[in-house]
Amino acid sequence: MVFLGGQVLPGNVGRAILGPFADQRAVDTLNHSLGVDRPLLVQYGSWIWKFVQGDMGMSYVFRAPVAPFVIDALGNSLKLALIAFVLVVPIGILGGVIAALNLNRPLDRIISLGGLSVTVLPEFVTGIILILIFGVWLRWLPIAATWPKGAGFFTQIYYLILPSLPLFLVLFGYIARMARSGMIEALDADYTRTAVLKGLPWRTVIWRHVLRNALLPTITVIATQTGYLIGGLVVIETLFRYQGIGSLIFTAARGKDFPMLEAGILTIGIVYSVATLAADFLYSVLNPRIRLGAEQ
Amino acid sequence: MSATDTPIGAAPDTTTKRSPWGEVLHSLLRSRTFLTGFGIVLFWVICALFGEHLVPYDPLADDIINALAPPSAEHWFGTDQIGRDVFSRVIVGSRDILTVAPLATILATIAGTALGLVIGYFRGIVDDVISRVLEAFMAIPVVIVALLAIVALGTSKTTVIVVIGLSFAPIIARTVRSAVLAERELDYVAAAKLRHEGAMHTMFVEILPNVIPPILVETTVRLGYAIFAVATLSFMGFGIQPPSPDWGLSISNNYGMIGGGFWWTVLFDALAIASLVVGVNLVADGVHGAFND
Amino acid sequence: MTDKNALELKDLSVAYRVGGRNRAVLRNVNLKIGAGESYGLVGESGCGKSTVALSVVRYLPRNGSITGGSIALDGQDLMKLDAEALRRARADSVSMVYQDPGKALNPSIRIGRQLTEIFELAGVAGQNATDKAIAILNRVRISDPPSVMQRYPHQLSGGMQQRVAIAMALANDPSMLILDEPTTGLDATVEAEVLDLIGQLRRELSASILFISHNLAVVSNMCDRVGVLYAGMLVEEGSTKDVFNDPRHPYTVALLRCLPRGGQRKDQGRLDTIPGFLPGIGANIVGCAFADRCALATERCRAEPPPLYELEDGRLSRCHYHDKAQSLPRATPAEVSAPAPKQAPPVLRVEGLNKTYGSYGHPLRAVKDVSVSLSPGETLGLVGESGSGKTTFARLLLGLVAPDDGGSIELEGKKLAPRLASRSEDQVKAVQIVFQNPDSALNRSHSIRHILSRALKRLGGLSGKTLDTRLEELVRSVRLTDRHLAVKPRQLSGGLKQRVAIARAFAGDPRIVVCDEPTSALDVSVQAAILNLLADLQTKQDVSYIFISHDLGVVRYLSDKIAVLYLGRIMEFGPSEAVFSGPHHPYTEALLSAVPKLDRTESSRIRLDGEIPSAANPPKGCVFHTRCPRKIGAICETQEPELTEAEAGHTIRCHIPYAELARLQASNLGQQPSARLADGVS
Repeated sequence: MVFLGGQVLPGNVGRAILGPFADQRAVDTLNHSLGVDRPLLVQYGSWIWKFVQGDMGMSYVFRAPVAPFVIDALGNSLKLALIAFVLVVPIGILGGVIAALNLNRPLDRIISLGGLSVTVLPEFVTGIILILIFGVWLRWLPIAATWPKGAGFFTQIYYLILPSLPLFLVLFGYIARMARSGMIEALDADYTRTAVLKGLPWRTVIWRHVLRNALLPTITVIATQTGYLIGGLVVIETLFRYQGIGSLIFTAARGKDFPMLEAGILTIGIVYSVATLAADFLYSVLNPRIRLGAEQ
Repeated sequence: MSATDTPIGAAPDTTTKRSPWGEVLHSLLRSRTFLTGFGIVLFWVICALFGEHLVPYDPLADDIINALAPPSAEHWFGTDQIGRDVFSRVIVGSRDILTVAPLATILATIAGTALGLVIGYFRGIVDDVISRVLEAFMAIPVVIVALLAIVALGTSKTTVIVVIGLSFAPIIARTVRSAVLAERELDYVAAAKLRHEGAMHTMFVEILPNVIPPILVETTVRLGYAIFAVATLSFMGFGIQPPSPDWGLSISNNYGMIGGGFWWTVLFDALAIASLVVGVNLVADGVHGAFND
Repeated sequence: MTDKNALELKDLSVAYRVGGRNRAVLRNVNLKIGAGESYGLVGESGCGKSTVALSVVRYLPRNGSITGGSIALDGQDLMKLDAEALRRARADSVSMVYQDPGKALNPSIRIGRQLTEIFELAGVAGQNATDKAIAILNRVRISDPPSVMQRYPHQLSGGMQQRVAIAMALANDPSMLILDEPTTGLDATVEAEVLDLIGQLRRELSASILFISHNLAVVSNMCDRVGVLYAGMLVEEGSTKDVFNDPRHPYTVALLRCLPRGGQRKDQGRLDTIPGFLPGIGANIVGCAFADRCALATERCRAEPPPLYELEDGRLSRCHYHDKAQSLPRATPAEVSAPAPKQAPPVLRVEGLNKTYGSYGHPLRAVKDVSVSLSPGETLGLVGESGSGKTTFARLLLGLVAPDDGGSIELEGKKLAPRLASRSEDQVKAVQIVFQNPDSALNRSHSIRHILSRALKRLGGLSGKTLDTRLEELVRSVRLTDRHLAVKPRQLSGGLKQRVAIARAFAGDPRIVVCDEPTSALDVSVQAAILNLLADLQTKQDVSYIFISHDLGVVRYLSDKIAVLYLGRIMEFGPSEAVFSGPHHPYTEALLSAVPKLDRTESSRIRLDGEIPSAANPPKGCVFHTRCPRKIGAICETQEPELTEAEAGHTIRCHIPYAELARLQASNLGQQPSARLADGVS
């Protein structure tokens, strides 16, 4: 699908690159050298085959192999995404759990409405506001994510805090909301009543009986959020001038560098699939109904 | 009259005197969340409709001498790089986004509802295939779909509406489909079959009214995301085009100077987007609550 | 009674907050349960039974609160306990078992762990806790406890889950055991097993029991004393025998008359009903709560709330006229105009009907080789546990599901197409259905007028003025009024909704109406009215019913013929009286024996062991042999018996000859074979 998006929609690749005023012969020559005048299916087959072998094609713009660009960018993006993810999963779940345990009290209202508000804001909006507060007025954090060459691990993290915050906020509300509704459902469940009526201490009821059942659905949802996360990367990396996969796709799209664009998007697709698979796996490990369903 | 005539009184249940829709309206009007959101959205709608009559300056008129002036009594929100009044631009800037996002949402709702009804009702292979395709489609972030399509088709408001509308349609279709799947198992659908009702009647007269609540909730949520998406695309340069005073576009034009301390050129636009998005989502939250009480 | 009560409620009042207002659910309930006593609490839905249970364990829903009174457990005031003391009370002295064991057990924790954690609370850990868990599972008659402890709840059947839940409740050796509808939702044979278990445990243990049920017969078998709850008030209390045989409150009197008892049949008279409705939750009650529905009520009843009068033998009744309660006139006259028996060609003839579902590659034979016939104006009762194929058979008749090739369905001598879409308009309107759950059967977006008009248009082929006239007739025939037409289904009570569903089925003058558990979601007083209505409509319109119910008393009341199904096969088929009075198939025998009787006549009961086998993998030979109490030998395991004619029109699928069955069953029943079976009451 990505391939179709990149190849079919622009119609004439050579024309798209050279612009409307270019000589038709130049366009044809370029098309031929790029191989885009071959039948679509042939192009697609050879593209996939090469991709599998690690050959992602040549960039139209840089006239250089795409692979090194993509791999570098992917590494950078993973750094950024991981920081956001590592922070948001526990904090989001904790927020949801605390909200559910204080259902309809002020603390719940604050977490729920606060979470809802920050989740729905576009990343560039929260990004701008955070830059203004922490970068411009307080001057605590650098406003661009370009660290000096040879910077150490902690310096890199220092530079990535501000860019990862908008991603964190978008995911926080979502995860907290899921965790909250999962908790409410589990707290209202008959099995929780059973546990309470056994005379178990509240702490044990929550830890042993409620949490696991409550958080199962949240886990699958977190995986589906990788998609949003990647969408967010495009914006954040542009805003913070960070060389990640998002800004690579953005630049490629602007420059109509289709091999780069396709490779970037396919890479994202792979990352997304891996994340979804991992979540499915985790879910089935944690849920005995699926794990042992066949025995019934 | 037969021998076993049992007197039947009036409807006994005292709690359900209102019609279902009356009850929803009643609980909406009691929801502080909804009313707050509604107020914010109403404010921006008024600005979009009558903005140019309310503002002190022409939002498009430049004034190079007064460029980048900080907020003052004359220019409440300061001026931008070519001296345009930021306050006027922020007020009028709601117009394009409040045209494009709702239209995209309506398109998504209509397409998604029709698709969801059909695949949910008929199920079978068509459903399997379409559902898989929709899933694959939804796996790609909207921003990237939009990016690709707009690169291919060129930028215009119509493109943005169509692209966002079609990207959101699968999400609405999925919601409608799962609601329809639950409905079609109910016995009133079997009863319709036992009257030889056609598929159209069953889908649109029997099932559709019962899935309207989830559609309404999903639509309000989607409107929030449509605003999100339009603003983001404009910020990326793929959405609304100059010289519109659109908020995302203004931020895009001015955020490069943020290091220079010209905060007023972006802050108010950012806050405007934030308030609109939060407002719409408060409305969505209220609607959701009203239907699920 | 001992001096120290296991449980004592004093003026307990509970309210739920709905729509910003506190609505009273329990009003000054007083009750005492002595040590070792078993107390039953009965009443219709909405009367506050479960609220009593949840109050005792202090686990009311979030919007519920105790607005007055006190609860004392072993003399300890529960209202005064702090959180930790309350936890200790739950851990040490009170336990609860409730409906739907599948939800009561934690789905992601093994059974063993869910049990051992209780012992750990008492300071017993490790191997000792495991040993105790095994012991308690043995106590609830679970075979192979170590393997059960390794399982997750979803790997156990409903009956097993409820045994585990009971084991968990008993693990702390409670002084007070609360059972809230513990067998509701279980199949009859499983219910009987669980009730037997509770009965045995009652004798073995010292615990007092609070047994809550809507099922009068179940309570009568399980309890020493019983209290009747109405609109959140205790209206009558006394020993079980006294209350059920000699009720002193008009409500109890009326409730008992609503049940089809003693083998009552539709041609012997209508059931009595209770007019009007239960006061809504939080209703403002002046005078007696039952006055509006009571034919004995006087001005005094409407003005002056009756106290709980103390009668002889420690009995209580909240009625000014408790001495006259039994003279309550019938709300519904009993007499019926018995239809003249007629000889007519069958309206329905089914031959060799089969339905096989593919289930993960295994063929699942939901209905196997079923043949029945039915005369006009007759009712065929379908009886069997869940999974027996009753509903599938009904759906085959309706054409909602297509049968396997071969086999035939004939309606008035004409072959019915297997699929609904290929049936003619006349055939479609001739076979209609009343579903179990009116909430699902009636489109909640449409008004009653819309629902019925559409049916009249499509099924009756009517329009305009004739439609309006017919609509009025139809509404009157199910005893609704014009006022009901404008509203939507959810503004009606369950009984009224079911009347609308019946009206819809009758819109096109059907020949056959399938009634799929039409009263199982309703309270007994409402059930009686619906059964009467169905019987009346049948007499008037000469319509035939296929009546599906798990309640044998109800089936017997309405049916002329009975088909007993097991794993999709007819095990017994014949005239209703012949099937019920026997001799019958061992499975029918077991089903009848599983029904709790309102009149306690203890006799050796027949109990089925084990689970209903899966229809995807039915036992070889006779499909019933794995559970059959009368299995005669290898032939049962190898050869499936034919359906053979025992008497004229009465067929049984069993290797045991008819005469032998008669001898076996007579000896088992002792001296009065028919008397015991005559009380097929649930």
